[in-house]
This record gives sequence, C-alpha cells and structure tokens, in this order.
Amino acid sequence: MAQLNNTQQHTLIAMVEDKPGVLTRVASMFRRRGFNIASLAVGSSEQPGISRMTFVVNGDEYTVGQVAKQLDKLIDVLEVADITSERIVTREIALIKVKTTQVTRGEIIQIVNLFRANIIDVGSESMVIEITGEEDKINALHNLLAPFGVIEMLRSGLVAMVRGEANGLPNENGNANGQVNGHS
Amino acid sequence: MELTGAEIVCESLLKEGADVVFGLPGGAVLPLYGALSKYPGVRHILVRHEQAAAMAADGYARATGKVGVCIATSGPGATNLVTGIAAAQMDSVPMVAITGQVPRPYIGRDAFQETDVTGVTLPITKHNMLVMDVKDVAQAIHDAFHIARTGRPGPVLVDIPRDVLLGDKTEFVWPTETKLPGYKIPGEAPEDQVAAAAELINKAENPLIMAGHGVLISHSYGLMTEIAEKAQIPVITTLLGISSIPSDHELNLGMSGMHGMAYSNLAIDEADLIIGLGMRFDDRVTGRISDFAPNAKFVHIDIDASEIGKNVETSVGMVGDLKAVLTQMLPKIEANVHIDWLRRIDELKAQHPSHVVRESDELLPQYVLQRLTETTQGRGIVVTGVGQHQMWAAQHCKFTDPNTFITSGGLGTMGFEVPAALGAQVGRPDTVVWSVCGDGGFQMTMCDIATAVESGADVKFAILNNTNLGMVHQLQDVFFEKDFMASEFSANPDFVKIAEAYGIRGIRVTKKDEVVDAVQQAMETAGPVIVDFMVKQDEIVFPFIPSGQSVNEMLEEPAPKETT
Repeated sequence: MAQLNNTQQHTLIAMVEDKPGVLTRVASMFRRRGFNIASLAVGSSEQPGISRMTFVVNGDEYTVGQVAKQLDKLIDVLEVADITSERIVTREIALIKVKTTQVTRGEIIQIVNLFRANIIDVGSESMVIEITGEEDKINALHNLLAPFGVIEMLRSGLVAMVRGEANGLPNENGNANGQVNGHS
Repeated sequence: MELTGAEIVCESLLKEGADVVFGLPGGAVLPLYGALSKYPGVRHILVRHEQAAAMAADGYARATGKVGVCIATSGPGATNLVTGIAAAQMDSVPMVAITGQVPRPYIGRDAFQETDVTGVTLPITKHNMLVMDVKDVAQAIHDAFHIARTGRPGPVLVDIPRDVLLGDKTEFVWPTETKLPGYKIPGEAPEDQVAAAAELINKAENPLIMAGHGVLISHSYGLMTEIAEKAQIPVITTLLGISSIPSDHELNLGMSGMHGMAYSNLAIDEADLIIGLGMRFDDRVTGRISDFAPNAKFVHIDIDASEIGKNVETSVGMVGDLKAVLTQMLPKIEANVHIDWLRRIDELKAQHPSHVVRESDELLPQYVLQRLTETTQGRGIVVTGVGQHQMWAAQHCKFTDPNTFITSGGLGTMGFEVPAALGAQVGRPDTVVWSVCGDGGFQMTMCDIATAVESGADVKFAILNNTNLGMVHQLQDVFFEKDFMASEFSANPDFVKIAEAYGIRGIRVTKKDEVVDAVQQAMETAGPVIVDFMVKQDEIVFPFIPSGQSVNEMLEEPAPKETT
C-alpha cells in the first residue's frame, strides 16, 4: 500500500448530477470499498440540476485519496475536492429535544441564550432547541444539556465551504491539496 | 421519422456500429426482438443461456476492439448476465448490456420477472441506467457506448421497460453529443511528469516494463515495443497483457506472478525500476506486496486515476491515455543497451527454465499446449477459462499478433472459454479460434456449443480433461493435506459423444503421438470440433507462488528435463 499516514478527519466536497440513484451509487461505492462515512450532507447547489455533497471521512491520506478518486470515477460525479487543508467555514445544524421542569426551564433558557441557539418548540415537559454552528459548539451544548435529559437529537451532518479571498489576496493555502481532476 | 423505443434501440445500434448482438428473448424484451427482425443489419446470435450472451459479447469485444452487445429479458434473463458483466468490469472490456424491464406501472411491485437490475449491477458496471421515457432512449444508447469504449473501458447496462420499448412513437433524433458532464477522458500526461519518468528510465540499470491489458486496449503495443527496443528494456506481461508483444521477441520475458515464469519473478526481484503500463499491480501479480520488487522504484501509467498508488507507491504515477503518454515519452527515452542486465536475465532463464516441459510418457497438459501452439504456429486466437489449463496456456502458448489471447483474468470465471471463444470467432470469422477448456469449465457452459454450431462459429475446443477441478485439486494437494473434497468428477460425460450429439466432430486423444494429428484434423474440419485430451490427472502448475507469499517462497518443478 501507499504510505499509511495518521488517521485524520477529512472534509470532501462532491458536485453531482441531481438524478435518481446518485446517492445509491455514492453509498454503494463507500460500502464496496470499505470506506466509512462519518457524516454526509446533500443539498442543491448554486447550479440548477447539480447537487452538492459534503462528506466527512476519517482515514489516512491513502484511504481518503482513494475515496476521492473512486468518487470521481462515478459518471454522475462532476467534481471532487478534499478541502481539509483549505481555509473553510463549516456548519452543522442540530435539533435537541430536552426534558424540562419548572425548576430547570430557566437554566436551560440561559444556556440556550449563551450559545445563541433558538428554542423552536416548548412543551409542558420538554423543549426543542435548534443550534447551528461548528461541530465543537454543538458538542458543547449537547454536553451541557445532557444532565437535564436529552430525549431526542438529530444532527444534519457537516456542510462546508471554502472561504472567499481575504482582502482580495489569494488564499495562502492555495488549492494544492486534494483537487482531483480527470476521469476514467 | 417516428419510431418506437425498440426501433430506436435498433437504429442506435446501427449508428454505433454494433452489427452483432448476442441474446435470448423473453417477455419484457420481446418488443425489441419484434424490431430486430426488421433490422437485418444487426445480426442477432441466439444463445442458450444469457450468461453466454454476456461472455460472447466479451470475447467479441476483446477480439475486435469493438463494443460487445448482449441482450436479455427482465428478471432471470438479466440476472443471468451478471457473471459475464462482472468479468467484463474486472477486465476492462467494453460492453453494452440491454435488458428489458417490466412495464413502468409495474416497477417496484414485485411483478412477474421483475428484478432491480440496475441495483444488482451497480457495483459491477462502469455505469448503468434505467430509461423511463422513450425520448431518452437514443441518448441512453449513445452515452452507453461512449462510456463503454472510452477511458478505462467497461460494461454499461441499459434497462428499458417493456412499455418504453413498445409504447408511444417518437421522432428518432441521433444525439450529436453525450450528456455526461461528469465524465472526463484523460489524454496526455503533464510534461513534467513525462520528463521525470523518462529521467528515471534513462538512469535505471535494471529496468523492466510490465505490460498489462491497457497496452492492448489502447493499441500501444507498437509504441511499447519501440521504447523497449530503443532502451533494451525487457518486457514482462501480466496475464491480460499476453500478446501485447510477440512471444518470440527477444525482450519478452513472458508472464510473471503466481504462476508466472520463475525468471520473470526473479528479474522483478532484482529490478531497480518497474514501468507499469496499463496494469494494476493486482495480488496475483505482486504476491505479498511488501516483498514485491523490493529494490525498485515505480513508474506507473494508467488511464484510471484510482489505480495510481492503489497497490504500490509510485515515484511517477501518470494518469492518461497510454498511447498518448508513450508518444510523449518516446523522444525522451535515450537509446541504451543494458548489457549486464540482459546478461543477468539470460542467466536467470538458463537457471530456471520454467518454459520447458519435462520428458514424460504420460500425456501432459503442457505438452498438449506446446504441440497445439506449434501446429498453429502462434497464429489465431486462444481463449481460455480459468484454472490450471489457463495458466498452462499462458505459459506455453505462443502469440504473434495483439489481442490473440483472451482469458478471464480479474474475475476468474470458469466456463468463460466456450461462449467467449464463440464471440471471438464471430468477431473475427477469418481467424482460427482455439478454446482451451478445462473439463470443469466446459461443462458449465457447454450448452452453448449449440450456439456455436447454429451461428457457424468455427471454434475448435481443446478440453484438457483431467476429470477433476484441476486448480482446486492442486490447492488441496498442496495446502489441504490431499483432502480432495469435491474436486474429482466420477461421471464426466463422453465429450466425443457430446460433440456427436451436436452434430459436430469429436476426437479423443489419449497418447502423445496422437496430439498433432488431432490438432491438424480439427483445423481441417469445417465448423466446430471438440478434442478431448485425456491428460495426466494430478499434474501441478509450476512455478507456483502460494497466495499472499513472495518470490522467495516460489515453488519450481523438481528436476526439470528437456523435451525434444
């Protein structure tokens, strides 16, 4: 095998044709090659008919390189980029349903405000909280709410985008890593 | 011109130059057959089992370089194609499989003969599609052929519901371009990589070229030989690279790997540079990867980016069309003589004469193949199945022209030899095609002898009959304490009578002195012939590097003696 470097979390973006079965092809490739997806988010992009997938994959450089190449080999995949080492912004949304009592409600609201999260539903014994942010922020809120009793939680999976050029200057990290072109 | 979906398929086949298709009809695909009867330009060859349709299309494609086409109905028809499609995928063979599907309103309701064939074939096709609108049929067929034959070739399946084939007519408009924005075909490699590779090659003292199927697919054999001759670099072929350089070329070291020539494997062990061309360093070639070519750097050229760095770490890995890249490279390669290296290789050849068949009174399978290839003078096409006979054919058959050795490499499909040979013969009707068969594999697909007879495919079947599953038997002999569980046949049919039942000639050979005569008689007889060679039963294929081991653990034939 090629060099087996340390396992690291990689963020990959794939632009794919918005067609039936594309997600199956992608998922099937991951399964068949024995790759694990830590998180996957799919949605429409700025171009009509083209969806954007954001993957978080744990693996060494060899494995993630193979993931990118195998992804790019799929006919419906237009473009793949490993943006891990670029300057990126990442966001995830989570909905957390937490147990509340008359005693705890106030404290929970304080925590929610502290995190600039939103309360989107209030019931007699629970509350649904919406939080958007980076993974760590969501983890932190979840940890703080856990003692109150988390009834349900869902996370959207990470979405990521490369930042714009700062002050009109080119991105110092360039585009060197992980850009995969070519197809076969 | 308003046409039905089925007629559009036929028109599209003609546009793509598909003048032969292999198939077997059934309910869902029947509208297509209704149209085919009106298109005499598309010759339909009726098989006895859909598996043969896919494998015949495979043999046809490998023999001609064109896209092989097979047709099957929904459900079991489509699933019977699966093994043949998987074989084509593993060996990068251009194929288009067209399957009928149940009518659109029935899809997903577990209708009679409904199988989700695009789901089933998803991991074993280069691409597949379900065409849900008659307006999309022409584009789908056009794109399917384009994907199948370009880049790294492979099988593409097009599934068309019965009512799309049969229903509303629509204007037939042949697309002028593909609708595949995500599909890019590599061409040349970056100049700096070419220069870096050339520098490594020019500096190497013990270089080796390893030629794979890509050399044949990309028609790079001439260029490769030119480079090899210019710099005097010996050429090793993979199993699928055989026939990319003539067998008697002085730089051809034959096949390496698990059952490759001992001197090829030993040369790899001593090489300081391996130049992999259109090949993928698979486990049968490398053995234990950590011990493969321990002193060598790697230059690797392949059209599939995911092959570069997959199995070996490369010093220069180039993604591109092999012919384009070798064209870039040729002027940068300096003339060389490599006297010491070639002398060392001659020494290895003399010390390890794996290509020599030992003297024996028994009918050795290797002997049969040596006489066969002498009699045919290395002309014509040899098609094999999988197992011992395949390895012996790879070792002992001689080839002069490209694309004359057709074998199921990656998937290792027994039974491939019968339908693939008939497909090859249909594609190259002026060429003698020898199907070298195992008695096990032959029985898997011998129903399609009828297809060969019916289609006038002049295939000569040479069964190396050892009345057992030879390679399994060998592995049990060596690794399972001679526990020959389920590898010996006690009731093989009489293959001469099988031939007679199909109305063709059958010849049985039990002695050495009958071999040449039988081969000649087979070639002089018009139409298919089955020659049943009753060979020694427990012969072992040497050399032999056990799975997952290295050249250091290579087993060679004990005390070989030369035969005349």
